[in-house]
Amino acid sequence: MELLIALAIGTLTASGVWLLLRPRTYQVVIGLALLSYAVNLFIFSMGRLRVNAPPVLDGSSPVDPAVYTDPLPQALVLTAIVIGFATTALFLVVLIVSRGISGTDHVDGRESER
Amino acid sequence: MMTLWPSSFLILLVGLPFLGSLIAALLSPNARNAEAWLAGLVSLGALAITLAAYPSVTDGRVVKHVIDWVPALGLSITLRIDGFAWMFSMVITGIGLLVVIYARYYISPKDPVARFYALLLAFMGAMLGLVLSGNIILLAVFWELTSIFSFLLVGYWHHNQAARDGARMALTITGTGGLCLLAGLVLLGQIVGSYDLDEVLAAGDIIRAHDLYVPTLLLILAGALTKSAQFPFHFWLPNAMAAPTPISAYLHSATMVKAGVFLLARFWPVLSGTDEWFFIVGLAGMTTLFLGAAFAIFQQDLKGLLAYSTISHLGLITTLLSLGSPLAAVAAIFHMLNHATFKASLFMAAGIIDHEAGTRDMRRLSGLFSYLPITATLAMVASAAMAGVPLLNGFLSKEMFFAETIEQHRASLLDGVAPYVATLAGAFAVTYSVRFIHKVFFGPKPVDLPNEEPHEPPHWMRVPIELLVLVCLIVGIIPALSVGGVLDTAVYSVLREEMPQYNLAVWHGFNLPLAMSIIALVAGLALYVALRPYLERSEEGPPFIRRLRGQRIFERVLVAISWRGARFVESTMTTRRLQPQLRLLVLAAILAGVWAMWGAGDNLPELSVRGIDPVLATLWIIGGGCAIAAAIQAKFHRLAALILMSGAGLVLCLTFIWFSAPDLAVTQLLVEIVTTVLILLGLRWLPKRNEADPLPIDMRTRLRRHRDFVLAVAAGLGTATVAYLTMRAPVPPSVGDYYLEHAYSEGGGTNVVNVILVDFRGFDTFGEIVVLGIVALTIYALLRRFRPADDTKEIPYQQREQNAFDDLQRDREVGETLQDYLLVPSVIMRWMFPVIVLLAIYLFLRGHDLPGGGFAAGITMSIGFLLQYLAGGTRWVEERLRILPVRWIGFGLLMAALTGTGSWLFGYPFLTSYFQYTTLPFVGEVPTASALLFDLGVFSLVVGATVLMLIAIAHQSIRTARSKPAPSTTGEGGQS
Repeated sequence: MELLIALAIGTLTASGVWLLLRPRTYQVVIGLALLSYAVNLFIFSMGRLRVNAPPVLDGSSPVDPAVYTDPLPQALVLTAIVIGFATTALFLVVLIVSRGISGTDHVDGRESER
Repeated sequence: MMTLWPSSFLILLVGLPFLGSLIAALLSPNARNAEAWLAGLVSLGALAITLAAYPSVTDGRVVKHVIDWVPALGLSITLRIDGFAWMFSMVITGIGLLVVIYARYYISPKDPVARFYALLLAFMGAMLGLVLSGNIILLAVFWELTSIFSFLLVGYWHHNQAARDGARMALTITGTGGLCLLAGLVLLGQIVGSYDLDEVLAAGDIIRAHDLYVPTLLLILAGALTKSAQFPFHFWLPNAMAAPTPISAYLHSATMVKAGVFLLARFWPVLSGTDEWFFIVGLAGMTTLFLGAAFAIFQQDLKGLLAYSTISHLGLITTLLSLGSPLAAVAAIFHMLNHATFKASLFMAAGIIDHEAGTRDMRRLSGLFSYLPITATLAMVASAAMAGVPLLNGFLSKEMFFAETIEQHRASLLDGVAPYVATLAGAFAVTYSVRFIHKVFFGPKPVDLPNEEPHEPPHWMRVPIELLVLVCLIVGIIPALSVGGVLDTAVYSVLREEMPQYNLAVWHGFNLPLAMSIIALVAGLALYVALRPYLERSEEGPPFIRRLRGQRIFERVLVAISWRGARFVESTMTTRRLQPQLRLLVLAAILAGVWAMWGAGDNLPELSVRGIDPVLATLWIIGGGCAIAAAIQAKFHRLAALILMSGAGLVLCLTFIWFSAPDLAVTQLLVEIVTTVLILLGLRWLPKRNEADPLPIDMRTRLRRHRDFVLAVAAGLGTATVAYLTMRAPVPPSVGDYYLEHAYSEGGGTNVVNVILVDFRGFDTFGEIVVLGIVALTIYALLRRFRPADDTKEIPYQQREQNAFDDLQRDREVGETLQDYLLVPSVIMRWMFPVIVLLAIYLFLRGHDLPGGGFAAGITMSIGFLLQYLAGGTRWVEERLRILPVRWIGFGLLMAALTGTGSWLFGYPFLTSYFQYTTLPFVGEVPTASALLFDLGVFSLVVGATVLMLIAIAHQSIRTARSKPAPSTTGEGGQS
């Protein structure tokens, strides 16, 4: 199971990095979104993969932590998802504004001379 | 300790000028009299507070006030006043008051007085803070503040090139020195183990014996010598004379330039007495003393003469401090006081002359005595004090200086020449003082002055000079009675048990120092007579080395470093292109990963395909395929890439469910929806594919792609390996266990993820929502001034088609097709609105115990709004519904902050939560934790931020539509 998730992280990262290095702003935005998927999954997997573990306490005490999933990476990832949305939105807007100003969607604000 | 003067007065003393500065800045820029009254009253108040402190600082007593700042780092806002600091505070507030009065008449009504007085008062506060600091880091902070205000004040007439250059030079030199000082003080604090001034002063032996003594000394001296304009850093001071004259009198003769020697005196007990101290400080001081005096003779500008004279006198003080004998330290402190009085009055006199005659050029000034008899008399007394004529204060400290130089301390060359240098510099001082008086006030009547009829200034402009000259006379005639006690107090607080016996008498009998004084007076007069014909027509500056000017060297260096050097570094080391930068970043990340894992090869876990669920595997084949396909399609098929990316996102969402993280799955799904809509809205503004001109792919591009591909694969393999190795490693004890154990008992919720977010780590979440709010506002602000590119300005192709179709039909209005578009779904979307709102409330309320919470509910709610926009179009929604997202953001932030601060009322730290279960009718038992209120803030902010972002982009379409002529009346969201 771990191998599968590791490969998934790898694939998402590779696609994201490839797009990150492309010259068009839209490619970079999509690349960053894919990279954030990879990072979120990576952080999440640091709490180890648990199938069918209860995520919510049943209210009994004392609590045995071994029964439940690790909540900390989940809390980290939850805010990361929301912030990731915000940064994607910001990049998108910077993209369209910079295109309005410079007239090009190249990441440098001008076409490369080649 | 005297209760008459509580230690909190220290805060008042330092705070009052800053407060006055704020008020002064807010007054009308032309309120001359109001500004002067305000500044005068503030200075008077500060002076009165200082005066009242005197009984509390005599006999080496210290008043101290401590406010914790960062206690863990040993930083505190400690203010302390002792005799020495008291003396300086008197000079700062007293001369400050006089300068304010003088400036009232000096500054022209055309100048912005508000800025002048605001900066002047702020400087006064910073300077007071500097001398009253009881924590050496705080001292460095105030030190830099004085540099900054000096910069702003020198550049007060910023339309003037010389003022700008002088200001910049002063800031560069003193600011750099200040940074060195900070480093030195940090080192000093590390040596002592405390930044508290008292503890530092008590640790002299430790400091002098420490290995780091020399670097510490060098750094602190770099700060002190630059500030006090000591050779070779002296040249900024003459250039700072471009400042208004009251500023020159205040900052550049009486107070700020004294900060360097103040610091040397302050640390004299702990740093002095070593060979390093004597050689560095002594060499700098003596060189400055001599060169300053020599250059002063050859100045043609009155203020230039005074500036070099100031440099020379500061050199004198530095030399005294270098000697390491307590008596010399007494003389140094005494001379700081004396120099402040006579030099400030001379600057003010120079300002009057400049004002009345219209020039400061000594070649043109002549015979002004008959026009300005009173000013002339005052200036004469002050110059006599500067030259060291008996019965004036300058004479006393100069005699002490002479006496100290002939005391043999060490048998070194520097000691040997000291008496000769001192006498020669004394002679020069006589020469330039005589020249100042004789050239300006005597001789023939002036010809062609810019001002035809110079006359005495208003009486109150002269009063400050009169008072200062009076002080010079009183101190000079009855030193022991007038200044003796104050000097004693000041000196004792610095020297403590090393306090020497000294005698402040005017007449010590015929001795060697008196002989030196007489030689200096006679030689100085003779020199003036000899040089006079030359000086009548000579150029500005000393002969022979006129061209070798510190200013020019400084500018050359500055140009070399900040322009040529920077350009060289930029052209060789950096690029403005993003791709190479990102490439390097990725490469560095990969290398860092490899480096970290290097050598971990011994205990690699076996690769195991066991336990892979075929369903999940299939899902990830799809998900991975989507990601790769998105990477391929993103260049030319943006919509396809977007859909493929969402595909990968959905698989991720399912994975979260699979591995027992329902909260994440819910949030991921909702965010996926808004992200997709957002990017859809943005697509419309991207350029069309340029199909006309397919460039052939050349070798370089091909190579670059191969390289990027290798990088991407390496990054993917790297992260996969790291992830795999970590996941296969045994679980270390996690903080998560603590949260699991305490979530219910202390946070009152069973959904641990939510309890962590709103309770345990509430402060982090608070930071997150602030970021979210900032991002939303940034997007809004960016789009307000948005100008779309030309090719995206027109209505999209689809809308044109539809409008054309409407045009052809007889019974249809233009735009009707657009309105009828998706009729059934849009009706459903409208009807769904209350359901979605209810769902949001449900998700919100259950969040503490079951998957849900403020984030998820907030996004759900914004999707509700969003669907209305999609269904009805922007105009339709906004005619019926005013959402005001900025208020949602504000309310959310306020709510979260108030909940956090609310716990203060009960004596708990920020964001401590309180919980209880209450039973509501029809709903049942709900947790009413204060964390719920916090979560409400999160909810409100998320709604506001998400809606604001989406609406801001959606609005762009109507804006362009508006600017077009009539035909299109509706703007559908802005979809492409």
